[in-house]
Order: sequence, then structure tokens, then C-alpha cells
Amino acid sequence: MKQAAGWLWRLSLANLLFLYGPIAVLILFSFNASRLSATWQGWTWQWYRALWVNQALLDATVNSLCVATVSTVLALFLGVGLALGLEGLTGRRQRQIEQAMLLPLVIPEVMMGVSLLLFFVLLQIPLSLMTVMMGHALFNVPVVVIIVRARLRKLDPRLLEVAADLGASYWDALRHVTIPLLRPAILGAGLMAFTISLDDFIVTYFTAGPGATTLPLKVYSMIKSGMSPEINALSALFVMVSMGLIGLSLLLQRR
Amino acid sequence: MKTSAPAGRAEFSGRAVCWWLIGPGLLWMGLLFFVPLCLVVVISFASRGTYGGLVWSFSLTNYLDLLHPLYARILGQSILLAAVTTVLCLIMGFPLAYFIARAAPRRQGVLLLLVMIPFWTNFLVRTYAWMFILRTEGLLNTLLLKLGVIAAPIELLYSNTAVVIGLVYAYLPFMVLPLYVALERVDRTLVEAAWDLYATRWTMLWRIIVPLARPGIMAGCLLVFIPSLGAFLTPDLLGGARSMMIGSLIQHEFLVARDWPLGAAISCLLMLFVVGMMSWSLHAAKPLSRQEDAS
Repeated sequence: MKQAAGWLWRLSLANLLFLYGPIAVLILFSFNASRLSATWQGWTWQWYRALWVNQALLDATVNSLCVATVSTVLALFLGVGLALGLEGLTGRRQRQIEQAMLLPLVIPEVMMGVSLLLFFVLLQIPLSLMTVMMGHALFNVPVVVIIVRARLRKLDPRLLEVAADLGASYWDALRHVTIPLLRPAILGAGLMAFTISLDDFIVTYFTAGPGATTLPLKVYSMIKSGMSPEINALSALFVMVSMGLIGLSLLLQRR
Repeated sequence: MKTSAPAGRAEFSGRAVCWWLIGPGLLWMGLLFFVPLCLVVVISFASRGTYGGLVWSFSLTNYLDLLHPLYARILGQSILLAAVTTVLCLIMGFPLAYFIARAAPRRQGVLLLLVMIPFWTNFLVRTYAWMFILRTEGLLNTLLLKLGVIAAPIELLYSNTAVVIGLVYAYLPFMVLPLYVALERVDRTLVEAAWDLYATRWTMLWRIIVPLARPGIMAGCLLVFIPSLGAFLTPDLLGGARSMMIGSLIQHEFLVARDWPLGAAISCLLMLFVVGMMSWSLHAAKPLSRQEDAS
């Protein structure tokens, strides 16, 4: 048994190295002074400095933050409502809606992008940052629902009974009991949705019109036109920001 | 929560109120998710006009076009690459999931988090990291050259191998999580009983652990296979000219070739695959759960 455990440990470690190695390498080499080769030639900040003065990148960042903020607020509004309402339903109805809710998370993202593109074009809604926001709010609703429901199930039902006994209406109880208790989960879900929106490439790619360039779209076009250390620096920043946001979100969900 | 439904609870779950809360979200999902998917199905039966516009006449031409060797090859290749990815993920993910499931409860959470974090980072960036490692002047070639393992750089990037590496890297967490959930539930006393009855390690794995973890294995395989099949970014960035997959074909038809009906038909095929596999897995998972109920 001992021997097997040793093997298991080594294999698991290899797995984790596989998962983290490429990201670590990317971050490390974003500080590499050499412009083209993958040999180490000393530390430098210059690629990060180059990002800072790149106006197109800054514009894309503003677009990304805009899209992420609006779509997160919208997804929170719709998702928290869905989560609260679903808790009140029972039986088959609840299960059906739950399963329908999960579909957007299961189907390949390309399909979502393509179907949204068709939808917008056929309805003659011009592709812009608006359509990107709508797309992001779409795939973020299930994320919010899942996180908020997980928290709702852990709430003590007696708290609501007490509120009802004290004469609180449904809305009163919601406002003064449920929502305050859900606050960490709502914040966590919001951060998660924000990060997913910030990171999304595929749905954005299909729903963004000309001029509506977000950061991932910009990174993609940079990669397509050739590799450069600036992309390494931008990628490293991206990874660190998403990891930070996700860490914070998970912390909030645990509370 | 539901078992202890008291009078107050019943009062709160007034149906009308719940529907008001659900309404906006459900409407949003219906309008932007289900309606567009239906549109894709409808358009897959239309045909393309001379100037790229849509002609609304019912025909099956798009589906028949998919039988063309060119498309059939891409479909076959996608299935093959996705299958290889799934098997590799299973082989790699199983030991890790087992290790986590057997770790001390306090460490399990941390380990799962470690598996999930890369998944939450930008997909584009993770794919780019592999471009950086695999390209001709990349890290791997530089290292191998320095170590004297190879005399000249080898072509790793822009190949099916690179695509599979990228896919495995992207979807490994999807395999580990359901596997962990299933393995964590495996009754340890059964393993001990097998051990007492002088089962070898392999017998134990194949006759006890794997059958009991089957729902998790199937869920994991599905969660890896489906997105791999529809992958667009990975074959686009890591693959060569010949490693097109269904996802990239759909993108190509919609944005490059501008043949929307054909693109829609391919999307429908992909959707059919996904729905078919999901219902199959639900069906296949049933007998086992019934057994569990009986015991």
C-alpha cells in the first residue's frame, strides 16, 4: 500500500505541475529581457511599460471593464431572482427549470456565439458593445444561480419562519433576512461573473461589432499577428488579475 | 429544508411571488438562449443566396453537403481528437482525483482549489502559454537543444499533437472534479474487505473502485469530450492548416465563408451529438443508481 501511495503522490504532483507549469513559465518569461528567444537574458520591466503606453490596449481595457460591469449587474439581478424564486418552487417544475438553466454551461461555447450572432443579425440589432454585454449576461446568469442557490440551501429555514411569525411579509423577509444573509454569496457570484466576462473570448468574438474590441479580442489579434514579449506581459497580468478575483470570490463564497 | 416545511414556509412560497422572481431571468434565458438555438435549427434548412444572403426555402442540401469527404474528414478528425483528449484526461486525472479523495478532509478543499484555479484563468492566455512553449524557437525546443537531446528544433506547434496537448490542458479540471466526487463516495470498507480477501491492487482497482466510480467517470468523460469536440480556439491557435475541428469549421462557415445555412447545419449536428450523448449518459447511469437504491 505504501508503495502505491508514493506513486499516487508522484503522479498527482506531475498533474499539478502540468497544470501550473505553463502559466508559471509565461509569467516568468514576461520579465525576460530577450525580445525573441526563449533563453533567459536577465530581468526587465520594459514589456509591462510598453503595455502602459499602448493606447489601443488601454481602450480595450476600458471596453472590457464596461462590459464586465454591466453584464455582471444584469446577471446578478436576473440570477438572484431566479435562485430565490426556484427555492419556492417544488417538484418537476423546479427540476425542469434547473436543468434548462444548466444547458448554457454544457453546450460548446461556439454554439452560443453562433446562435447569438444569428439572433442579433436577423433582428437587425447592430453588433456593438451592447450585444456583447447581452451575451455575457446570458452565460453569467447560470453561474450566479448556482452560487446563490448553494448558499440558500445552507440558510436556516427557521429564520424565515421567525420572520413570518413576527408578521413580516414575503418581501420584508427577503429584504431584511434573506438578502443580508446572502450578501457574501451574491458578492462572490458577482466577482465570479465579472471575471468570466473579463476573460471571455468566444461569445465576444461572435457578438462584437467593429470598434467593440475587448481585451481578449485584442490579445487574440496580437497573437495572430505574431508573438511578442508584450503579449507575455499582458497574459501574465491577465492571469494574475483573474486569479486574484477568483480567489476573492471563493473566499466570499466560503463565508 | 423542505422536510421541515412549516406553516410560515408555505406562506412564503406563495407561487405568484416566486414566478415574479423567476420571470425576468427565465424570459432572458428564453429569448437569448433558446430562441437563438431554434433560429440555428431553422436556418440550417434554408439555403445561401448568390451574394451570401439567406434564401428561405426548405431544403436538406446543407445536411447532404456534410457528407462531402472534405467535411466528413473534419468531423471524423474532431471526434478522434476529442476522444484521444478524453482518454488522456481520464488516465491523468484518475490518480489525481483518487489522491485528493484519499487526502485528509482539510486538505481536500485546498487540493480541489488548486485543480480549479487554472480553469478560471483566461482560456486564451492558457492556450498562448503552450504556443510559447511548443513553437520552433520556443522553450521546449530551446531546452532540448541545450541539453543536446535533439540536434535541430522539432516542429511541435501547428499539429494535431499540439491541439491534443492544449485540449487536455484546458479540460483536465473537468475530469478531475466529477471523478473526485465519485471516488470520495466509494465506501472505504469495501476496499478494505477486498484487501482482507487477498485481492491484488489491480483487481481492487478494476473490480471495486472503477465500477463504483462509474458515474463519475462517465460524467468526467462527457464534460471533457463535449467541449473538446466543439473547441474553436485551441485548434485555431495550436493546430496546423489541416487540424480543423467542428468548432473551427463552424466559425469558418459563419465568419469567413459566410455560408450561414451550412454553418447552422454543422452547429445542429454538433448539438445533436451533445444532446444524444447527454441523454445516453443519463440513461446509462440509471441502472447503477437503481442498484444502489436496492442495496
